[in-house]
Amino acid sequence: MTTLLLIEQVLNGLQFGVMLFLMAAGLTLIFGVMGLINLAHGSLYMIGAFAAAAVAGWTGNFFLALVASLIAAAIIGALIELTVIRRLYDRDHLEQVLATFALILIFSEATRWVFGSFPLFLNIPDVLNGTVTLPGGIQYSLYRLTIILIGLAVAAGLFLLISKTRVGMRIRAGENDREMIAALGVDISVLYTMVFALGAALAGLSGALVGAIQSVEVGMGEPVLILAFVVIVIGGIGSIKGALAGAILVGLTDTLGRTMLPVIFGTFMEPSAATTVGSALASMLIYILMAGVLLYKPTGLFGST
Amino acid sequence: MHAFRVLGAAGIMALGLASGAVADGHGGKVKIGLITTLTGGGAALGVDIRDGFLLGIKQSGNDGIEVVVEDDQRKPDIAVQVADKMIQSEKVDIMTGIVFSNLALAVAPAATAQGKFYISPNAGPAQLAGKGCHENYFNVAWQNDGPHEAAGAHAKKLGFKNAFILAPNYPAGKDALTGFKRTYEGALAGELFTKLGQTDYAAEIAQIRASGADGIFFFLPGGMGISFLKQYAGSGIDLPVVGPAFSFDQTILAAVGDAALGIHNTAQWSPDIDNAANKAFVETFKAEYGRIPSIYASQAFDTANLIVSAAAKADVKDTDAFREALREADFASTRGDFRFGNNQHPIQDFYVREVIKDGDVFTNKIIGIGLEDRQDVYAAECKL
Repeated sequence: MTTLLLIEQVLNGLQFGVMLFLMAAGLTLIFGVMGLINLAHGSLYMIGAFAAAAVAGWTGNFFLALVASLIAAAIIGALIELTVIRRLYDRDHLEQVLATFALILIFSEATRWVFGSFPLFLNIPDVLNGTVTLPGGIQYSLYRLTIILIGLAVAAGLFLLISKTRVGMRIRAGENDREMIAALGVDISVLYTMVFALGAALAGLSGALVGAIQSVEVGMGEPVLILAFVVIVIGGIGSIKGALAGAILVGLTDTLGRTMLPVIFGTFMEPSAATTVGSALASMLIYILMAGVLLYKPTGLFGST
Repeated sequence: MHAFRVLGAAGIMALGLASGAVADGHGGKVKIGLITTLTGGGAALGVDIRDGFLLGIKQSGNDGIEVVVEDDQRKPDIAVQVADKMIQSEKVDIMTGIVFSNLALAVAPAATAQGKFYISPNAGPAQLAGKGCHENYFNVAWQNDGPHEAAGAHAKKLGFKNAFILAPNYPAGKDALTGFKRTYEGALAGELFTKLGQTDYAAEIAQIRASGADGIFFFLPGGMGISFLKQYAGSGIDLPVVGPAFSFDQTILAAVGDAALGIHNTAQWSPDIDNAANKAFVETFKAEYGRIPSIYASQAFDTANLIVSAAAKADVKDTDAFREALREADFASTRGDFRFGNNQHPIQDFYVREVIKDGDVFTNKIIGIGLEDRQDVYAAECKL
């Protein structure tokens, strides 16, 4: 394996991680502030992708489609917060899981009802199509590079929002002591709806960005949701910093594991056996990583208490 | 009075028993249980199987055939539950419909063990074609290896000398690479198993770029194929690609768009096969559902017509006679000639198709024959 290939794979891992971060950021905020386990987060990702595909289909403009994905996911997020999620804050985690799982089923079938069973078309815009040559002669997809930049920009924006603004202050206060911030006269229900809509919008954006290079279909959110949970558990539940670190770590581990393990096993095994064992182990790698992190830091890398 | 009541109750019971017996006897009727994937990932395939099958039954005009449709959610445990319910409380005679091999492996042996027919419209795992073949198990589609063997033969014909091959890490994925290698016979630049359900192929595409391959074979059904093709098209690599029809099917071509144009893929059916049965099928399917039928719809339509042809010759209750009638395969297949081998899997031609754009619709057209009169290699192990 050459250095160039390795660098390209590191970029791929970074891109995968950044995309996971967009999902995990919302999930961890919602858990951190409201103490809610939201399984329906994957549905918001799907809604973002479908909204983007629909708008791109009507207008032919990818950037309008991205905006539409943000707005659609935020609106749906706010709606489910107001109608369903709100009633779950005081409930047991098991009941939250049950109710949000029901939301997954409802959203999946509703999407199928509106858009049909067949996958939708969403392609990357012509401006971002093709490859760029990076220093060192690496050919890399321009679109993936853009995803990395968008993800890092969102991460920076979230840090600023949480550390520098009044809303961010309230979010942090809400994480520390929910009852106290309500007692101090902050309208906690508005704050909750905002945080939920923000998380939903990020999931929707991530769905739209990824939908352009993957398949926009019903049920696309669930595999990502599982990874996003792994990310926030590794990073420490409730911490944005942890979500970023966890996401990059998971992205790199998964991508490099997938490519390196078969090669490593190939040095002392038969090629076909090395492929089988290597890919089997690669698919377990992030869970092994999670177990390892939890063994040394039971609250995750940046988890409090 | 008391005696009358007892008598009356006995009379009602006797009536109930009698009518029950009549309902059980069917009087020459056939009840079919169709289990397929109608929700969740993979639903597009199940929907096409259901629609193709129901169209075939409807066109037969045979009122004696009743179809019960149930969803398996692509989960083996659900499929087994639904199958048990269909056999025990619905009392179906024939089961069909399953899309995915792992589900078929869970349901088909159980159904045949209880004396029911299982007629597969899609999944053809090696286990049910070789030593595990059963006299009441029929497959109308193919044994899993078939389309991949045709792709291997075509890759050889195209002059691939150093191919890069990849498939998901699950039984049908392994069958795919085995099937391809059986007929391709050339050198391999690389061989990869990806995660089932994987949607990001950046790492694999980088490996393909670095491997020095002169061609690519991939088997990534459904959404996985859409993702791979879109990402491959944006990667700047320009190697010839071949694959089985599953990533170039009508159900997903619209979602892939230009990225699939011109790619050669192999299948036993194509919408442009030139025979009367196929032309009528494509026309009526379009009229009924407003879309071009997929390969899955064609297989289900053939399955329905096979059952209709057998039901016209024999009573399903006479298992031996009905089995013989099925074996004869006396129906007009959308593929043209159709016959079963000793293991009750088809012996058939595999075509090479190319993805084209017809107006603004993406579809396939036949450009050649991949393998002629191909029978699967497992048939030799089957003792039927």
